[in-house]
Amino acid sequence: MTQETVNNDATETEAPVTHVAPGPHLGGGCLTARWMMLDVLIGLLPVLLVSLWVFGWYAARVLAICVGSCVVAEGIFTAMRRRQCRLGDFSAVVTGVILAFSLPGTAPWYVAVIGSFAAIGIGKLAFGGLGQNIFNPAMVGRAFVMIAFTSAMAAGGYVASEKAGVPDALTQATPMTALQQEGKVASLGDLFWGDTNGSLGETSAFACLLGGLYLLIRRTAAWQIPLGVLLAVGIIAGGQNLMDLQAKWTVGHHLMGGALLFGALFIATDPVTSPLTGRGRWIFGLGIGAIVMLLRSLSAYPEGVMFAVLLMNAVVPLINRWTVPRPVGGPVPSKA
Amino acid sequence: MDYILSLLLIAIGAALINNFVLKYFVGICPFIGVSRRVDMAFGMGCAVTFVISIAAMLSWTFTNFILQPSAPLTKWIAGFFMSPEAAANIDLSILNYIVYIFVIASSVQLVEMYVRKFSPGMYKSFGVYLPLITTNCAILFACLEIMKHVSTGGGSGDWGSAGGGQSWGLAQALTLAVFGGIGFTIAIVIMAGIREELDHCDIPAPLRGAGITLIVAGILALAFMGFTGVDTKLKRKIAPERETTITASSHGSETHATSATGGSGQ
Repeated sequence: MTQETVNNDATETEAPVTHVAPGPHLGGGCLTARWMMLDVLIGLLPVLLVSLWVFGWYAARVLAICVGSCVVAEGIFTAMRRRQCRLGDFSAVVTGVILAFSLPGTAPWYVAVIGSFAAIGIGKLAFGGLGQNIFNPAMVGRAFVMIAFTSAMAAGGYVASEKAGVPDALTQATPMTALQQEGKVASLGDLFWGDTNGSLGETSAFACLLGGLYLLIRRTAAWQIPLGVLLAVGIIAGGQNLMDLQAKWTVGHHLMGGALLFGALFIATDPVTSPLTGRGRWIFGLGIGAIVMLLRSLSAYPEGVMFAVLLMNAVVPLINRWTVPRPVGGPVPSKA
Repeated sequence: MDYILSLLLIAIGAALINNFVLKYFVGICPFIGVSRRVDMAFGMGCAVTFVISIAAMLSWTFTNFILQPSAPLTKWIAGFFMSPEAAANIDLSILNYIVYIFVIASSVQLVEMYVRKFSPGMYKSFGVYLPLITTNCAILFACLEIMKHVSTGGGSGDWGSAGGGQSWGLAQALTLAVFGGIGFTIAIVIMAGIREELDHCDIPAPLRGAGITLIVAGILALAFMGFTGVDTKLKRKIAPERETTITASSHGSETHATSATGGSGQ
């Protein structure tokens, strides 16, 4: 990778008259890795505020641990490879924030630390660093701790044991768990404003939509992916709802509950691990939505966004192969 | 209806939930060895699916009629030489492994002859991995699962919720084999797609090749864990009245899975 860029620079300086260089030709401006990461951080601001409002000190603690460990892990691992440390592009910070927002507020500190090291080490730097990872690093870290520390990440792990000064939200079961185990249904208003228990970033649909809209307007996130996810979930949940009109857990609950909006707007839209073409992004989004609904209604887990994102990340190379766009006027590409 | 449901559950279980490669980690050798290019991986998946189906069919037949305790054919033949009681007691299941290996090896030979004749290019690119299908433990694994369900009449295990209690017929055995092969193909094709992408990545030198492949396989296995429990819930949704017949063992393991893995959040 670095070798290539060095060569490109060399050819550019040698041939100034006819400027021949591989794309992308639109340089500068705001679409650098650093600016995109900053955009994601800005987009996550409303989510941060809501989680601080709902979970208070607990949110700040997990967030600080995750971001700190991710930055440290990035520093250690790049130093081990004797590469230039690229903390300036904020990608490690973004990974840490997203990982923290997908953990329960009551997560023990070692879960957050190990999750961060797994995210950066296994999820990103084992593949060669930013831009080369196949799977979303934050989701790899979360899956790792979810399997390794089932009790901390299971339904019971979300509920704080009785102590003074615990935020209200932390004393109740998460909406998805309450639905699966007791059949209780949270109100749409709570799900919209975020006054429920759950992973730190997922509780408020409003904050996710606000931040997500910013990302979409800035074009940091591809609009096809969240739209595809919401469309698939809407159609499948709508169908379920039509078949059973008395169901209390409606389409609205499905769309605003759990990590769906957070996942669709902030996790699935990671430009590194999502397909390159528009058609591919539609397939990617629709696939995530469909798998989320499959896992929500059939699997032993109450929520499936993490698994859906990881599964669809795995097939992104294949999607890219199948959706090679035809150049205008050119022949049909015979081989990818 | 019940019969079709059991086939459906075995099929989903073998292809996704209990994917041979990503749940049991059998068949890793071709999974690592032949997953460098997507077309080759697909070819290998098809070859394994074919071999696994033939082997499963034959091994079910042998197990059912000859190898299991008091199998009909064995009893009949032995009846010529000894008293009926002694003939009924003959148990040839000690020969299981030898017979299965023999069956697998001969069906691999069949595939090898076919591939060498009709697609020499693929024959060359498979190289040693084609005869090595013989030692592909995914196939032996399928045969052994079938054996377990023919001779002991179900028992627990991961297909327990699907075919629990009744011994498997040829249709169940074949479903397990074919969809197990399809699951293998899915896993190896996904892996090949990822590995083609990894060729462009700046992977740390010690991890190149098999190392990063095993890491990817691990992450894929994590992702496939999401399907846990799909079969039991599907069964409950399609045939709710069957819930009472769920055996104690499968019910116990299911509640354990729910309590252990029932995370919230993502």
